[in-house]
Amino acid sequence: MRYIDEFRDPKLAQAVVRDIHARSTRPLHIMEFCGGHTHAIMRYGIRQLLPERVTLSSGPGCPVCVTDDTDLDRAIALARLPEVILATFGDMVRVPGSTGSLQDARSEGADVRIVYSTLDALQIARENPGQAVIFLGVGFETTAPTVAGSILRAQQEGLGNYFVLSLHKCTPPAMRAILDAGEVRLEGIIGPGHVTTIIGAEAWDFLPRDYGIGCAVAGFELLDIVQAVAELVAMHEKGEPIVANVYRRSVRTKGNRRAQEMMEEVFETRPGPWRGLGELPDSALIIRSRYTDYDASRAFPVQVETAPRPSGCRCGQVLRGVLIPTGCPLFRRACTPQTPIGPCMVSAEGACAAYYHYAGSDVRE
Amino acid sequence: MSENRIQLAHGSGGQLSRELIEGLFLEYFGNPILDELEDAAVFHPPNSLRRGLETGDLQLAVSTDSYVITPPFFSGGDIGKLAVCGTVNDLAMRGAQPLYMSVGFILEEGLPLRDLERIVRSMAQIAAQVGLEIVAGDTKVVNRGGADRIFINTAGIGLVPAGVELSARKVEVGDAVLVSGTLGDHGMAIMIQREGLAFESELKSDCAPLNGLVAQLLAAAPRTHCLRDPTRGGLATALNEIARQAGLGIEIQEMSIPVRNEVRAACELLGLDPLYVANEGKLVAAVAADGAPLAMAAMRDHPLGKEAAIIGSVTEEHPGRVVVRTPLGVRRILDMLVGEQLPRIC
Amino acid sequence: MCLAVPLRIEAIEGEMATVELGGVRRRVSLILTPEARAGDYVIVHTGFALSVLDEQEAQETLELFRAMEEIAGAG
Repeated sequence: MRYIDEFRDPKLAQAVVRDIHARSTRPLHIMEFCGGHTHAIMRYGIRQLLPERVTLSSGPGCPVCVTDDTDLDRAIALARLPEVILATFGDMVRVPGSTGSLQDARSEGADVRIVYSTLDALQIARENPGQAVIFLGVGFETTAPTVAGSILRAQQEGLGNYFVLSLHKCTPPAMRAILDAGEVRLEGIIGPGHVTTIIGAEAWDFLPRDYGIGCAVAGFELLDIVQAVAELVAMHEKGEPIVANVYRRSVRTKGNRRAQEMMEEVFETRPGPWRGLGELPDSALIIRSRYTDYDASRAFPVQVETAPRPSGCRCGQVLRGVLIPTGCPLFRRACTPQTPIGPCMVSAEGACAAYYHYAGSDVRE
Repeated sequence: MSENRIQLAHGSGGQLSRELIEGLFLEYFGNPILDELEDAAVFHPPNSLRRGLETGDLQLAVSTDSYVITPPFFSGGDIGKLAVCGTVNDLAMRGAQPLYMSVGFILEEGLPLRDLERIVRSMAQIAAQVGLEIVAGDTKVVNRGGADRIFINTAGIGLVPAGVELSARKVEVGDAVLVSGTLGDHGMAIMIQREGLAFESELKSDCAPLNGLVAQLLAAAPRTHCLRDPTRGGLATALNEIARQAGLGIEIQEMSIPVRNEVRAACELLGLDPLYVANEGKLVAAVAADGAPLAMAAMRDHPLGKEAAIIGSVTEEHPGRVVVRTPLGVRRILDMLVGEQLPRIC
Repeated sequence: MCLAVPLRIEAIEGEMATVELGGVRRRVSLILTPEARAGDYVIVHTGFALSVLDEQEAQETLELFRAMEEIAGAG
């Protein structure tokens, strides 16, 4: 597979790893922001390759994981409405809300459909003119432009039964919140490659400027990740933090202007709730009033009572990088992919799911 | 047959049931035992079986399975072919040659008879190919919505030759772990097809009866200890089951696992791992180390084993767990499938 | 959700393109990458192309890795 296999070449990766070992002298704690990076790091066993003084923590870059209970409860309440078809990406379906999941609602008769794209949701809307099709919009700046595009498309076609429940979020505020909280000593960030494809490498300039921390924006293949670590090691050894673009084949300094324009056209930013991080300024993408016809939260106001769950769930701590999954007392006991207590164990990008799947207690991690 | 769709009356035991049995099932499955149409098939076992059972040289194998795959027709086969191959393969994994099979249909009211005929014809073809007789059958019809088009239940009976004891409990430290060919073909063919117009590809299910391959393998490598077919849950699940039941560890090399490029690509696109994707024409074998080269040669010599590969070995370390060595030499756990990767794949 | 893969554009019809990877084809939207042309590789996420893969940058990055490997091998 072109442009995939070459970036998984183990021999080239070994060369980069040797370089890391040659350069590294100072302890370096890195956060990989994105859940996709956490999974790749676990799958390739990258931790075992690095010098012991270079360590990695996973961050809040899992949009399913940071969706809070109230928002999820609202989505489930919408799904239960008889005139609604709820279209969603697959891994939202099993996340437990305060009274059950979308899957539970589906088995009780709610029309919940898994889609791979908003294009599929638009098609469901076209084929079901008598139903309201609500797309559950979960995702960061990688996904938000595609959802904006679907709203513009619906408007072009006069598709009056297509709606979006926007739970989309912006990532730089979350990065700031983690650093401002100061709970984890961080000296480097692996930046999310596809979010940055949209927002541009310069969106992370605040990291060296305001926090003195380097950022290496990385793709998701083996070579991308080890190269990002190598860059962060080099910056740290020199004491010269910068933003390094290690995913030049996809990421530009200014990002994708067209995608940014579409997001700007359809969404505005407001404060919004993040599981584990509380309410963050300028972080939630709300549909603008000129597109209110497509906004599910306006068209279908639902009341939800979100009971705080005394479940002992520590997803918030995992998302802030202060707890590794194996450190959670529920991990592999009460909380498993079959019986998840929190979203980090359910989501394809959840740190707990990655640790559960790729590491056991027997093989040295 | 006067109507062209299945009606409730086809399952009620009356006139329409009779027409269905005589006009369709006996047409394709007919043999002297089935043709009697009694409540149970009663017959003398063939001489080879009778002698073998008397001397204690032969063992009986019995298996059962249900098939609920959707869609019922897919690239590379249909639910009927899958039902017969699946039954044959369950028996073959214990070293049994298939002899007899029962078939129970659960049909949804409204199923086109033309579709049922295609499925029945397909079953008859495979059964004839492997020398299997369908000796008992049943048909029920449920209301529209009570089943998704067609479900098939089977039971299979086979004979295991003397001296053949295939079981996870026979697996030993040092055994080589082999696969008969590429992994993930069936599940990804189904998955891609389910996405309808969103995806197109040439992927086909690998659905096939493995009894011939198994016979050839056992003849060349009598110290084959265990066979499993990696259906639901894929290779990873099958290996975990063997490891757990054997109370031993298995270590495999990621780079030696054969996967077609098209399957790799389809997995990339859907975010799936080929090691967890169902197979319907492949086997995993644990073979005594010194028998491995002959086992490989025997499989590669058979049309269904051309891409056979040695993927790892059995170890006393990490008993009950499966470990993968990545291309970088790092070892990580290969867990069982948890939850549902692809629903209704078999 | 970060899942995105490079796919080759076989043909473009209006805003949609037929893309291909290892013989599997699907249709994706190019509204975020109007500059894409047949023959380009695009990074695709949830049915939309996010960027046109810069093949020159890709080659340069791989060359850097290969150079690193040679040096390490020689040293």
